Amino acid sequence: MAKTIVVTSGKGGVGKTTSTAAIGAGLAKRGHKTVVIDFDVGLRNLDLIMGCERRVVFDLINVIQGDAKLKQALVKDRRLDTLSVLPTSQTRDKDALTPEGVEKVLSELKEEFDYIICDSPAGIERGAHLAMYFADEAIVVTNPEVSSVRDSDRVLGLLNSKTRRAEKGDGDPVKAHLLLTRYDNDRVAKGEMMPIDDVLEILAIPLLGIIPESTTVLRASNVGMPVVMDETSNAGKAYEDAVSRLIGEQIEMRVQPQERPSFLRRFLGRRA
Amino acid sequence: MFGFFRQQPRRSDSARAAKERLQILLAHDRSDRARDDLLPLLQRDILAVVKRHMRVDGDAVEIKLERGDDMSSLEINIEVPDAQPGQAG
Repeated sequence: MAKTIVVTSGKGGVGKTTSTAAIGAGLAKRGHKTVVIDFDVGLRNLDLIMGCERRVVFDLINVIQGDAKLKQALVKDRRLDTLSVLPTSQTRDKDALTPEGVEKVLSELKEEFDYIICDSPAGIERGAHLAMYFADEAIVVTNPEVSSVRDSDRVLGLLNSKTRRAEKGDGDPVKAHLLLTRYDNDRVAKGEMMPIDDVLEILAIPLLGIIPESTTVLRASNVGMPVVMDETSNAGKAYEDAVSRLIGEQIEMRVQPQERPSFLRRFLGRRA
Repeated sequence: MFGFFRQQPRRSDSARAAKERLQILLAHDRSDRARDDLLPLLQRDILAVVKRHMRVDGDAVEIKLERGDDMSSLEINIEVPDAQPGQAG
C-alpha cells in the first residue's frame, strides 16, 4: 500500500527540500519505489537539489491542467532507478493547484510508487495546504529555534484539523514525526541552543531523527545530490537513520557529530 | 596528467559546480518565462501532424529535454504501431 508523506514546517529555510531529497533518496536506495513532488509552485527548487533541473520538461501543473501525461512529467533519477522527481512549475501561479487535480495525480502515483514524498512550500497557504491535505504521514522539519518551533506547532494543529484524514475523522489521524535539523551539539552544550528534550517536550510528537548542522549539506546541494548519497556525510548518516525509523525499524537515537573539517582533513579531502 | 585532475573536481569545488549549474538554469529560466506553454504546444502540434498520417496513441509519446550551456537537446519519441494498411491517411 503506497504511503503519502508530506515534508512540512511552516517556517522557511529550515531544510524541507533538503530533507525531502535525502529521505526520498534514502527510501529509493533501500529499493522502495519513491517519487518526490515539489508543491512550491512558482519557486521550483526540488529539481535543483535533486540535480535533475536540466531535464525538466513538463511539471505538476501541466499534468493537472491536462497539457501532459503524468508519465511525461516524471523525471527519473539517473543514479537510483527507483527514484523519480515530479517538478512543479516555475512560472505559474499557485492557484493553478486544485484539490481535485492534486488528488488525481496522487492517486495515479499510488499505483506505481511505494512512497510519495510531498515537499511543502513554506507558509500555510494553498500550496502548503494541498501538500499536506492528502497525506498519511507528516515529517515536521524543525530547527531548535523559537520561531521554527512555534511554526511547527501551528503546522501540527493544521495536520490535525485541515487534512482529509482529520476531516473524515474515521480512520487514523495523520501520523506526525519530528525531524530536528541543523542541530548544533556544541551550542547546546554552551546553553545557546535548545536541547532535543526541550523541543520534544513542547511539540510532543515522536522524534524521527536529529540532523546535525553540517558542511556537507551545502556541498550536496551545490552539486545537486541528495546528501544520503555522500557516504562521508554525518548529516547523510543521520538521514539514513531517520529513513530506517520511517519504515519502522528500531534504531537507537544518536546525535552524529558535526562536521568541522580539520585542516588535515580538508587538505586530504582535496586529494580524495 | 592535468586531464586527470580536471576530471576529478576537488571536493572544495562544489561551489564552482553550484555557480555553473545556476548560470545554465537561470539563462533558461529567464528565456523560458515568456514561453510557458512552448513544450505542451509543441507536443500538440507535432502529434497532430503525425496523426494526420498514422494512428498514434497520445500516451505513447515520450519527450526528453537536456539543457546544456551551449545547446539543448529535445528528444521526442513517438511509439508507432506496426504498419496497418488502410488506416493511414
